[in-house]
Amino acid sequence: MSKQLTGIAASSGIAIAKAFRAETPDLTVTKESITNPDEQIKTLEQALDQSMNELEAIREKTLKDLGEEHAEIFSAHLLVLKDPELVDPIKQKIQDDHVNASFALKEVTDQFVTMFESMDNEYMKERAADIRDVSKRVLAHVLGEPIASLAEVDEEVIIVADDLTPSDTAQLNKKYVQGFVTDIGGRTSHSAIMARSMEIPAVVGTKEVTSEVEAGTMMIIDGLSGEVVIDPSEDELKQYRQKQADFEEQKKEWAKLKNEPSKTKDGVQVELVANIGTPDDVEGVENNGSEGVGLYRTEFLYMGREDLPSEDEQFEAYKKVVEQMGERPVVIRTLDVGGDKELPYLNLPDEMNPFLGFRAIRLCLEKDDIFRTQLRALLRASVYGNLKIMFPMIATLDEFRQAKQMLEEEKNQLQAEQVNVGEEIEVGIMVEIPSTAVMAPQFAKEVDFFSIGTNDLIQYTMAADRMNEQVSYLYQPYNPAILRLVKMVIDASHAEGKWTGMCGEMAGDEVAVPLLLGLGLDEFSMSATSVLPARSQLSKLTKAEAVKTAEKALEMNSADEVEALVREQYL
Amino acid sequence: MAEKNYTITADTGIHARPATQLVNKAGQFESEVTLEYNGKSVNLKSIMGVMSLGVGQGGEVTIKAEGPDAEEALGSLDEIMQESLAK
Repeated sequence: MSKQLTGIAASSGIAIAKAFRAETPDLTVTKESITNPDEQIKTLEQALDQSMNELEAIREKTLKDLGEEHAEIFSAHLLVLKDPELVDPIKQKIQDDHVNASFALKEVTDQFVTMFESMDNEYMKERAADIRDVSKRVLAHVLGEPIASLAEVDEEVIIVADDLTPSDTAQLNKKYVQGFVTDIGGRTSHSAIMARSMEIPAVVGTKEVTSEVEAGTMMIIDGLSGEVVIDPSEDELKQYRQKQADFEEQKKEWAKLKNEPSKTKDGVQVELVANIGTPDDVEGVENNGSEGVGLYRTEFLYMGREDLPSEDEQFEAYKKVVEQMGERPVVIRTLDVGGDKELPYLNLPDEMNPFLGFRAIRLCLEKDDIFRTQLRALLRASVYGNLKIMFPMIATLDEFRQAKQMLEEEKNQLQAEQVNVGEEIEVGIMVEIPSTAVMAPQFAKEVDFFSIGTNDLIQYTMAADRMNEQVSYLYQPYNPAILRLVKMVIDASHAEGKWTGMCGEMAGDEVAVPLLLGLGLDEFSMSATSVLPARSQLSKLTKAEAVKTAEKALEMNSADEVEALVREQYL
Repeated sequence: MAEKNYTITADTGIHARPATQLVNKAGQFESEVTLEYNGKSVNLKSIMGVMSLGVGQGGEVTIKAEGPDAEEALGSLDEIMQESLAK
């Protein structure tokens, strides 16, 4: 009998494949007195051999797929396993202390980890992580609980996990990974955003998929509806294969709109642009007929590393994106860390309420050396295309003025150094904080544009932490309170001849699109894969009718009423 | 016993690729090979030993080899040193 689960549809498409469980086995070690050290040493040696074989295979694959530079790390890992200064003391410990192999291994490797971690050198600290990684692999073998590595997947599978970290998702091989399904997370969690940019189907927040699926079981995930079917029947397989084929067909229809303008039935044109995280995402932007980049999240440049990216490194990344986009606009958001996005090397203290704390522009204005480096890189890149700069998490006019002031100072500095910078760079802000939405008329006199970040605007307006599933019902994009704030921002910008975009998930949502069109939104920025469906939807709407719908929605009492209105009228 | 002194010119010091190359090469010989820096001496066949020295740019190091193939070992290691660490 098949079993059904429902989660949150995080990335569209349907995947049918065997389950691959990505999990960390229990590697708890207990100290045991043993009588036969030779046997323990043999166990250790076998575990070392197995680990070496695995690492060798990973190294080969990485070399083939990603090149020498990425494979190097695994050469170093292999050397650690062969290191006499590591292996001999473990054997010695087993012999002398009559302890089990796993305990001896953990003791000795922990010593090395501590030693490297205490060194006053970023590079050495990084090596501590390597040793930890490698010893975990060996330990898993000693304990008979081998670790399944996502990078090693070499057949078509659906990844089943409690949650996926950014580094997990980065390892996924698109050739084999058909989709993924997790216990936790929501539409805006990192793994969901990654799935959409990789264009693989995903269902998140099922709460129990890891306890329901065994490795190797056939399963279906429907990233359109959020349904998950475990061990499907023949009928179910047939039904979903049909749905999969229909979706592919639909995608082909959308693809025809790739080079068409984003116009409503009554000829009103808006801009449909994409959100990106890295220069590599530009390919998806091109493939999906986007008219520009509405949000380039620069924090990925700062993540998954041990120190800050240099000005040149950033310059290269920004230049790459704006150059490829040519005349089309690229809105680059300055560093937005804090909240759920941490940078360990900044050594920031833990906060009780990280989302209300020291993050984004607040951090940048305080640590202005980090900020100025980024501003210089942006200014230098601005001569290569149509670059716009956007500051995140602005709460007061003063914050905007300070940030703008620093930008001007760096611009003057660069010009004094005879470096070319763009003359007319538009500078705007994210509207994520209710105070800024309410003060939009004042802001509109000074900024060049607004971009409404709905994920945060909703969480701050509703006072509901978006990482807390127990209050997830308060994540209500269609709540008239949100719509009224959006309207205030749009109206304020138009009164000053400026424009307003939206770069949260809401911009590509089929219920929200008619409302936003009606409210007068100028630019819709979304996951690249949502652009064509949104263009298709827009082509069937008229602005005149959407305005009426939006007016009605603003007067309604609840998000449910608004959703029902839109569904009845348009969907 | 054979030995040779070097001044490290590579701006990142002895780490990453050159370090793994040195250790890999040293492991191919029977002789005992050591790397000395700042009064400390480590087994050059141990990646963690080499890393733990934390040799930076400008560091003065000595490689010593002792055993049946000492000369040969030193010669091979010299190639790597000249090529990427002590140009």
